[in-house]
Amino acid sequence: MSQLAFFLDGTRCTGCKTCVFACKDIKDLEAKHAYRHVYEYTGGETLKDAQGAIASTCFTYALSVACNHCSSPICAQVCPTGAMHKSESDGLVTVDAARCIGCGYCHMACPYNAPYVDRAKGHSVKCDACADLVRAGDKPACVMACPARALRFDTMEACSARGERANTAPLPDPSYTEPNLYLKPARDARPAASSEGRVANPLEVR
Amino acid sequence: MHAHLDRRSFVKGTGALAALAAAGAGGASATALFAAGAPPACAAADSGTERVVWNHCAINCPGRCALKVYVRDDEIVRVDTYAADTDDLDDIQPRACLRGRSYRAWVYHPDRINYPLKRAAGTRRGEGKYERISWDEAIATIAENYRSVIKNYGPEAVYLNYCTGNYGVTARPWSRLLNAIGGGHLSFYGNYSLAQLMWITPYIFGSSVSAGSTLNVAEDAGLVLVFGSSPVETRQGGAVSHHDYVAMRERTKGKIYVIDPRLNDSLLGHSDEWLPINPGTDAALVAGIAYELVNNGWTDEEFLHDYCVGYDEESLPEGAKGQGLSYKDYLLGTGYDKVAKTPEWAAAITGIAAAKIRSLAKEVGTTKPLFVVQGWGSQRRSNGELTGWSICMLPILTGNIGLPGTSNGLREGSYAIALTGLPDGDNSVDAMISVFSMVDAIDRGSSMTEAADGVVGVERLPYDIKFVVNWAGNCITNQNSDINWVHDVMADEDKCQFVLGSDILMTDSLKYSDIILPDLFRLEQTSLIGTGGDGAYMIAGSEPYAPKFERKSAYDAATLIARALGKEQEFTEGRTQEEWLRHLYGLSREKDPSLPGYDTAMQQGVYTRKNPKKKTVVMEAFRSDPAANPLKTPSGKIEIYSEKLAAHIAMHTFAPDDKVTPIPTYVPEWHGVETTTKENPLALSGFHYRGRLHSSWGAVEQLKLLNPQELWINPADAQPRGICQGDTVRVTNQFGAMELLAKVTPRTVPGTVCTPQGAWHDANMAGDRVDKGGCINTLTTHRPSPFAKGNPQHTNICQVTKV
Repeated sequence: MSQLAFFLDGTRCTGCKTCVFACKDIKDLEAKHAYRHVYEYTGGETLKDAQGAIASTCFTYALSVACNHCSSPICAQVCPTGAMHKSESDGLVTVDAARCIGCGYCHMACPYNAPYVDRAKGHSVKCDACADLVRAGDKPACVMACPARALRFDTMEACSARGERANTAPLPDPSYTEPNLYLKPARDARPAASSEGRVANPLEVR
Repeated sequence: MHAHLDRRSFVKGTGALAALAAAGAGGASATALFAAGAPPACAAADSGTERVVWNHCAINCPGRCALKVYVRDDEIVRVDTYAADTDDLDDIQPRACLRGRSYRAWVYHPDRINYPLKRAAGTRRGEGKYERISWDEAIATIAENYRSVIKNYGPEAVYLNYCTGNYGVTARPWSRLLNAIGGGHLSFYGNYSLAQLMWITPYIFGSSVSAGSTLNVAEDAGLVLVFGSSPVETRQGGAVSHHDYVAMRERTKGKIYVIDPRLNDSLLGHSDEWLPINPGTDAALVAGIAYELVNNGWTDEEFLHDYCVGYDEESLPEGAKGQGLSYKDYLLGTGYDKVAKTPEWAAAITGIAAAKIRSLAKEVGTTKPLFVVQGWGSQRRSNGELTGWSICMLPILTGNIGLPGTSNGLREGSYAIALTGLPDGDNSVDAMISVFSMVDAIDRGSSMTEAADGVVGVERLPYDIKFVVNWAGNCITNQNSDINWVHDVMADEDKCQFVLGSDILMTDSLKYSDIILPDLFRLEQTSLIGTGGDGAYMIAGSEPYAPKFERKSAYDAATLIARALGKEQEFTEGRTQEEWLRHLYGLSREKDPSLPGYDTAMQQGVYTRKNPKKKTVVMEAFRSDPAANPLKTPSGKIEIYSEKLAAHIAMHTFAPDDKVTPIPTYVPEWHGVETTTKENPLALSGFHYRGRLHSSWGAVEQLKLLNPQELWINPADAQPRGICQGDTVRVTNQFGAMELLAKVTPRTVPGTVCTPQGAWHDANMAGDRVDKGGCINTLTTHRPSPFAKGNPQHTNICQVTKV
């Protein structure tokens, strides 16, 4: 098995969300739904002193995250029907809509906010890494959309050679689910466990 | 990968009409249903064959990115772009941005205009109530009003408004139409993007220089200064500034400073490059740095004397000598305001500590090559002409012009494919107004003069504007300034007699039309466009389907108007739009024979071309031999003191607080950080948003949801007002009030709030006029900048309260 993975170059990502909208178009998602989210993680202060001089310790960066097709997928582990499952051939984690009962356990378990239950469809939905495209030799829509060429999709081996495993705030410690997201951190990046900043765009990542 | 029919989501997503169809009522065509609000992929059964056609984005961005349009059953089911899976950053890929990827939601928007409309009887302009009419009635009404305006006033009373919503080789037929049917129209100079800088640049560098080096030139720089710009936000595509800036930043060995009141998105992940500054004070920072350059001997005296005029007494033109009029006199306090521009002086204005200004000056003075680039944010201000000029002084003073790794301080240039456009024909009207003066010219045109209002071509306008064509533009209200004032002028039918509107959606500006014609998106038409950034590209677009409903292309609509006025042959010269495209492309290929043939271009859709020089350094020829390659300034040199501008100042009238000078000086803004009041203690600045291009895409729900309309406010300003992240706040000043959400963030400097411009104005104009859409132009002034008479839309002060 050759596990597939995302790679994000945090030094290039400008937080534009083109990846999100390419996904929304190809997956034909309703306006309020998205399979990929771009977090703005911001901290520090920008102040003026008594003389009016501005000083800033502000740091901020964007992090584009979808399903990480984890090596230890907690969503599949908690799924009572086996609808959420991991492919043995390429490691992609997908939902078998026919088996899913829409219980929402996967949504509650995933620390990356990836799956959710689409009540209209009656089952759990999430990023499948455009499995149809990928298995036909193409790349996921989000990857091919990135104007800054920050996002890539390849084997875990290739991606891990470019960056470290999802070890950047506001993500959880990667040892929890072994996500297949590899990151070249932005200069501003803070480690996964950091509480130095906060997600500064909550309306955009609901 | 393709969605299938799902009855529940279909019904939910499409509302009553779709529910009717789903219930089997029949009769309604699929087309009608989709136009009522459902993107077709929601309902497209897996039938019919899928076609792929190329087309291009066409809104006011040089991106013009590639759109790979998937069409099934005559409907667009997906919009992809042009991309290859490669690590090579030099591979030119005009990848569409988030807006380009959202076209389907826009094309199928429920507010799409499908039929000709007339303003409902008994309603006023601005109310937005319309009745469907036939094309015949629409054209007859337009022709009748046009004839009466021409008869009573003449073509000087006819105006084609500024619009930026549709570009392509044949996209813009309206000036040609007005010239063909009546001998012309009142035209404008400038634009809303860079009016101030565009006006002053010929005084500095001459008319042949309008931009700087390509961004990749900065790869060779030792120091990169970016003033008032966020390249990744303003030009978001994959083969223009977004990509080019990311590539440059990765490759340059130079240290980068981005000088902006806002930690903009070009700094995401790179906050150490942020040099926060008070808005509107860039010229003061330049003067403080320049003072240090002069005092430490870091100026390039040879360059200043051989290539420039007006730096010091010695290099002033004869007529200006002996009066302390040089730039050096300004800096040292021996001329003009008699104030030395010390770092301490600059620190008090800019908010940048004097020590930081000193260290920055040392870097500027001792690092070569220096690459200085400005965006158009610094100049879109009441002091914008002199600010834009001031920024150019850093490369000028240090001789960093025309050499590898340098630019000239203007915005980044591009290597682009230039295509011949539809000819406008001859306009017999000499008079021009500034682009920002349209509503003034409706309100009081016949009192507008060259001396006071910047009218060009005549001393005084003969008439008020009586007939306006407003096509593919939202600049009557939404993108204009002081919307509340504009509304009062435009709603008064005794002023402007007739407004012809045409667009794809009902916009705030379109509500001031008397007749509305249903337009097509550019991507619904055969089209060609050329553009570029570090690399060049051309996109040939094909129709995904024949026009739906009663929509027509602008070219076809204009043809009908020309026909009604007996000038069809003059307008069309016997050609359809596509025949013009073929004809004009033939002319383009005569100038650029390496372009592919028309049919090949149409088939391949996207054509790219690398810059044979790889990088284009601006003003290279001038630098290598200034005598052989003089600039088109009066002196042939770079003008730091402009005699021509001094003459302009003498012939025009200015308000006392305009403080105009023939050299680049710092002038406090009318409504800025130095002129806040007790009532309006905060500066308010706009910026370009990722989810819109100005107001384009502003009604697309999915973009609005993920790009919320927010006011950026520093915690130091939010806390005393009891404002928390996500609160609804009201922003008020002398011009109006708007409401939007608070983004409490250290990414804006204390004392300055920022909001993305272009949100759709949403106010009850017959009631309290509080704009719930958060459109900044509810609060901007209609007073034009002193020289360009341009839009100073970042020059605002305000108060913010929690609602």
